[in-house]
Amino acid sequence: MSEQEYTPKSKAGKWFNDRLPLLTLGAHLTDYPTPKNLNYWWTFGGILTFCLITQIVTGIVLAMHYVAHADLAFASVEHIMRDVNYGWLIRYIHSNGASMFFLAVYIHIFRSLFYGSYKSPREVIWIIGLMIYLLMMAAAFMGYVLPWGQMSFWGATVITNLFSAIPLVGDSITTWLWGAYSVDNPTLNRFFSLHYLIPFLILGLVVLHIWALHVPGNNNPVGIDIKKPSKDTVPFHPYITIKDAFALLVFMIIFAGFVFFTPNVLGHSDNYIPANPLVTPAHIVPEWYLLPFYAILRSVPDKLGGVILMFSAIFILFVLPWLDTSKVRSAVFRPIYRQFFWILVIDVLMLGYVGAMPAEGIYLVLARVGTIYYFLHFIVVMPVVGYLEKTDPIPMSISEPVLTGRAEPSLARKVNDKV
Amino acid sequence: MIKSNIKLLVLSFLLIISLRPLQSAEMVDPIKVDWSFKGLTGTFDRASLQRGFQVYKEVCASCHSMQYLSYRNLGEPGGPEFSEQEVKAIAASFEIEDGPDSQGEMFTRPGKPSDKFKSPYPNVQAATAANGGAYPPDMSVLVKARKGGANYIYSVLVGYEDPPPGVTLDDGVYYNKYMAGNKIKMPNNLMDGLVEYADGTESTVDQMAKDVTTFLAWAAEPELEERHKTGVKVIIYLVLLTILVYLSMKKIWSRIDTEV
Repeated sequence: MSEQEYTPKSKAGKWFNDRLPLLTLGAHLTDYPTPKNLNYWWTFGGILTFCLITQIVTGIVLAMHYVAHADLAFASVEHIMRDVNYGWLIRYIHSNGASMFFLAVYIHIFRSLFYGSYKSPREVIWIIGLMIYLLMMAAAFMGYVLPWGQMSFWGATVITNLFSAIPLVGDSITTWLWGAYSVDNPTLNRFFSLHYLIPFLILGLVVLHIWALHVPGNNNPVGIDIKKPSKDTVPFHPYITIKDAFALLVFMIIFAGFVFFTPNVLGHSDNYIPANPLVTPAHIVPEWYLLPFYAILRSVPDKLGGVILMFSAIFILFVLPWLDTSKVRSAVFRPIYRQFFWILVIDVLMLGYVGAMPAEGIYLVLARVGTIYYFLHFIVVMPVVGYLEKTDPIPMSISEPVLTGRAEPSLARKVNDKV
Repeated sequence: MIKSNIKLLVLSFLLIISLRPLQSAEMVDPIKVDWSFKGLTGTFDRASLQRGFQVYKEVCASCHSMQYLSYRNLGEPGGPEFSEQEVKAIAASFEIEDGPDSQGEMFTRPGKPSDKFKSPYPNVQAATAANGGAYPPDMSVLVKARKGGANYIYSVLVGYEDPPPGVTLDDGVYYNKYMAGNKIKMPNNLMDGLVEYADGTESTVDQMAKDVTTFLAWAAEPELEERHKTGVKVIIYLVLLTILVYLSMKKIWSRIDTEV
């Protein structure tokens, strides 16, 4: 944190700031010393904030026109698409916005994995981030149920049925979740209520996420601790704000491309068929961002085992800071871990792909191999590689050279380019 | 070494993905039609939409509902764009049930532009019972509700064939090359010269299938033209703004010794 005390110039400002130091907070956010070598993978925090605000604003407008009733929900969505002024635009921004949100969050998470941003002293930032991610999945799943199409209904049926795998009380829990003896109107109603609530919980966690970030400050591509403020840092404004704005605009161009020119490509066509409890779709698939977990779930022949493994796949990330034994943060200086990192990326992509395929034949084999590797990566590879690996020499500071004494300001960047 | 390993992995991943078409080769891919509404600046062919509405009204509407459309939509920009008088006349040609009146009785009256399209059956059960146990789906969003979209709908309409030897069909079931499972309960309703187009276009099966599919594509996405037009403007605006912000960023970062 910036240590200089901030004093407002005006008398009124000083009066107010003495009572509620909002202006001090503003000054802190403006001056916040940020490593100057952050690359574009670091712009996704700002992009994600934009995504959250976009979802909240479009969602509030949609909720003014949507009707959470099993007989009326599908028709009310068509009403939004046809009769509400720019309803089609608001709804397409909201539905594609969910996908863009997850795209950004996955990049954000993998950036953290690559540069070791989850390691001491940033474990709490990481854990809050994972809680946000969990809530995002819950919000997205419930949001997908609201249009009450075939995939909404059957997706909800599959996911809520997972809880029936719990021994003894499973069936009671499932009935309790439904509020009925199957997915029905009460289920839709409570999902709408929770879908409206969760984004605000996320917003609260985002504040904590940023607060926790501002205590140690940003990690950086070199992964070393830096003095703040120093030659290695720049004030957040205008340097980082303008860079984040640029990256956000590039992101928005892609976002707009989906919204205006191919708004339904990320959804499933079956969801334009009204929900019908008597007709099961040929393949029930979740939205793309949940597919890797769906693949893990289906890779286990036992229902309870599959559910446990799927939840473990997420919860293992919570202890990641303590599974990683390496003292070096950035994979830039970790030649062995770096390779395993990319294998993990491909493994997760593969799991996502087989999650969309029927669980049979080669796909089932791939799902099992992918699942085993996923857990091996965290339980075996991370502790062992961290322990055995001979890391590359680490620079003393962002501006200073690697043990040679020769000044090379853009060293970190060059090292990165080789990756 | 590292790079070659990664390349190998990426290649194997691509290989797995490319296996996909081999696995699902039984389904025939729909015919690809060069629709005027495809692409970034695609628009509907106005004349085709009007002809398509005629095919819908005279052929499809006897079994299929389109409950999310209103007659007024037929005159709105981006659609068939019938004139106000035409829309009123179309609406008035339907008897719509309304009420209850002050005596508590339901009554019928000629349709108004604000009315929803009249459904051929009072409910899903009635529609199912009248069609041999197969519900003729509501066509409002049919194009969006089928994988393959407009291409698929068109393909099914022209995809009726005699069943190949060895395939036996029950009564009221027809063979269609593009339908999933090849069995369809909708008979082949299109035959050359079935409707008399007001604009003199020859009503071949292919022409009618294309026209009605265009009409259904508009019905599913009535906002398509506005969406495309707005999209182009938005992207141009964003690109220009991005360039300006990029230049500002370069300028600001030139104050320090770090590249951005």
